[in-house]
Amino acid sequence: MGRTIHAISLRDEIGGIGAIWYREWKVFLREKSRIVASIVNPILWLLVFGGGLGRNVSIPGTEYQAFIFPGILAQAVLFSSIFFGVYIVWDRKIDFLKEVLVAPISRTAVFIGKVIGGATDSMVQSLILLGLGAGLGAAGIIPGLHPRLLPFAAALPILAVTTASLVSVGLIIGAMMESPEGFQLVSSFLLFPTFFLSGALFPLDRLPAWLTPLVLIDPLTYSVDALRHVILDNAHFPLGLDLGVMAGFLAIVVWMGSFAFRRMKV
Amino acid sequence: MAIIELDHVTKQFDDLTAVDGVTLEIVDGEFFGLLGPNGAGKTTTLLMLTTLLRPTSGTARVNGFDLVRQPRQVRNAIGIVFQDPSSDDTLTGYENLKLHGMLYHMPVALREQRIRDVLALVDLTDRKDGIVKHYSGGMRRRLELARGLMHRPKVLFLDEPTLGLDPQSREHIWTYVEPLVAEEKITVVLTTHYMEEADRLCARLAIIDHGRIVALDSPAHLKRVLGGDTITLGVRAPNLDAVTALGLVDKIDRQDAVVKLTVRDAKACLQHILQAVGPVDWVEVHPVTLDDVFMHYTGHEMRDASEEGGWAERSMRYRSATR
Repeated sequence: MGRTIHAISLRDEIGGIGAIWYREWKVFLREKSRIVASIVNPILWLLVFGGGLGRNVSIPGTEYQAFIFPGILAQAVLFSSIFFGVYIVWDRKIDFLKEVLVAPISRTAVFIGKVIGGATDSMVQSLILLGLGAGLGAAGIIPGLHPRLLPFAAALPILAVTTASLVSVGLIIGAMMESPEGFQLVSSFLLFPTFFLSGALFPLDRLPAWLTPLVLIDPLTYSVDALRHVILDNAHFPLGLDLGVMAGFLAIVVWMGSFAFRRMKV
Repeated sequence: MAIIELDHVTKQFDDLTAVDGVTLEIVDGEFFGLLGPNGAGKTTTLLMLTTLLRPTSGTARVNGFDLVRQPRQVRNAIGIVFQDPSSDDTLTGYENLKLHGMLYHMPVALREQRIRDVLALVDLTDRKDGIVKHYSGGMRRRLELARGLMHRPKVLFLDEPTLGLDPQSREHIWTYVEPLVAEEKITVVLTTHYMEEADRLCARLAIIDHGRIVALDSPAHLKRVLGGDTITLGVRAPNLDAVTALGLVDKIDRQDAVVKLTVRDAKACLQHILQAVGPVDWVEVHPVTLDDVFMHYTGHEMRDASEEGGWAERSMRYRSATR
């Protein structure tokens, strides 16, 4: 349906993206339980898992609880971003998706609007978690996490690129799934390996040989590493490599996502 | 002038031909009906005309634009009320309309003006800030109708807009639609399997069965094909000469004490016939309906397996959620 490119004005496309974003933002504001749910789990990981294990584990250069903080940020973004894709399945269950797809905007604009909408949700969540982390660090509840404005602020663009990629992945799954149950199944199949292999909970040095390639092909690995760079100054890869991989991954999934949306059945 | 032209449009799904070589012209300003049972191809036709499905073969134009090559121009020219609820039930009525205005690139001032206008048209001004989840099924339909009209489309598609609504809400919807259509001077394409609705509202209609148009004309003309209404009388000694002498009856069938008369308009001549025919035991008047027309053309009845699950179930759920 995209053969009349010449008739599409950029202004209309941006307006369309803004419309989709407006809707996602309104829904987000109205469903406050979403945000509460997305905060509780990371806190449990940080305090219970990190606190419990941290007494018995030592990581070179930093305390364990502080060490997993960037990983837990990435995990929170991973889960909320991927799960955002399920809303497209719900949109299709009622005819709301048709209302959007029949509007005079391109499917790419619909996709981009959804990505920005989902990323906005995750960034609100990230801001809260960064604030909580700073507070808990300052209070000594997460030993070794030193709240400093610039490193924490530098985490935001890293998280933004990460969530944009992962929302895209969630939307690609959502575009292909007929039912919320199917989405749940496929996404949980993806979520846990992505989380565990990303090195969110362990350092990347001295991994078993069989594990290394799996860790290296996990795109989240590089987000976690980049976050460790800026927040802890304690990372495995050069920052440039992390950012390069993240940008490449974003480009690929955005391209795939707009393709999936163009192919999506109503 | 034709605002919608279909030329041998076919839509194939795997081994099912949902729409089978439909050729049709719909005139500008017309209230046009697509009538047929579930699964006849009405909704598939509508999804193609609204650019959501691509025809397998054939060409079609809406407002002069080709469906496949100029979908954006087509979309700008059309408004749709879908069969299932298509408003976001976490948003308010106003927010749904605002979203629509944004999707259609309406300037802010015009958008706000049109939101006020269409809300007033469907009597939802007071409820505009209520969350759609708390609307009744009928209110939600009215909101979606308002939304479909908001960007001043040339053609409004209504896909079973009253499906699953109770009779009162159905009636309510039409009391809004009829004057609206006259006021906004737009072409309406209605799909329905409610014969009475099609009969009352449509200037012309296409009866569609198994993906093909089997009849196409005004409801009055379609019914005329069947000869007219029938009056059946239980009468032991009918004075058929007197009845014939009235000049009102087209056809007389007598089987013993049962006389079957075919007339143009039963209402107008029943009194005269009763006076002429003599003492009657009973009378049965059967005005010809589109059901009869459908039967005539297809050889079977509208299998009214109305799967009203969609709307009815959902609006019930929404309503019960508010209590």
